Amino acid sequence: MKSEIRDVDDVRIIELSGKITIGTGDVKMRELVDRSLEDGQKKILIDLAGVSAIDSSGIGEMVACYTTVTKRGGQLKLLRLSPKINDILHVTQLITVFDVLDNVQEGLAAFK
Amino acid sequence: MPVNPSRHAHLVLSSRFENIEIAERSLVDLCGQAGFSGDDCYWLVTALREAAANAIRHGNRQDPEKSVLIDLRIHDGEVLIRVEDEGEGFDIDAIPDPTEPDYLLRPSGRGIFYMRQFMTGVTFSRSPGGGTVVEMTRRLEPETRSSGNEE
Repeated sequence: MKSEIRDVDDVRIIELSGKITIGTGDVKMRELVDRSLEDGQKKILIDLAGVSAIDSSGIGEMVACYTTVTKRGGQLKLLRLSPKINDILHVTQLITVFDVLDNVQEGLAAFK
Repeated sequence: MPVNPSRHAHLVLSSRFENIEIAERSLVDLCGQAGFSGDDCYWLVTALREAAANAIRHGNRQDPEKSVLIDLRIHDGEVLIRVEDEGEGFDIDAIPDPTEPDYLLRPSGRGIFYMRQFMTGVTFSRSPGGGTVVEMTRRLEPETRSSGNEE
């Protein structure tokens, strides 16, 4: 999995690409979110446009990140799901948990 | 050129997560050789990865001395995936539904749910040695055959 981080105003955008799967991508995603919180960034937008696959460990880490950020008074939202990642969020019913935005502008506005 | 619909692969992998990539590549290759690709292949891979990850993490407890045995078969448009570990087995009835409200925000416990969602048949049994055997089936639809391999 590859990642890029950028800050727009007070929102941390984490762009992920590749696979978020057991043993590699799942751990890295957690580290990126933890680092954002350490940097004082509590508004986090995870851009999944480049993610080709996410297994149950990746989904589990995403849920854990969501819980951690929420407990610390922050917000974690998802941006630009591929159709297959969207399917997975629907079958796991996690689509009811996460705010999902279609583009960066919508994503940034969702934190206002 | 006619497509030969019967394909088979057998893998013996040490219990390392990186070996899941080998299993994935084998299944993708097998699907391609049998003339299938597309969404069905994607969901097959997703289910295989879950079964292999469970065998490595929960079955063999990431002991690299223990093996994960994987059989992949495609015959007449049906895929059979069999994954066996050398662990101590588990009680399938003790695994809660991860979509229940009490379990929705749990960070783990979705692997078997994934398998059942993306395959048409999933059964669990014990091997003679006491480990877990997962057998999963899914029929591939003709329209998901890759165009280059069609007759």
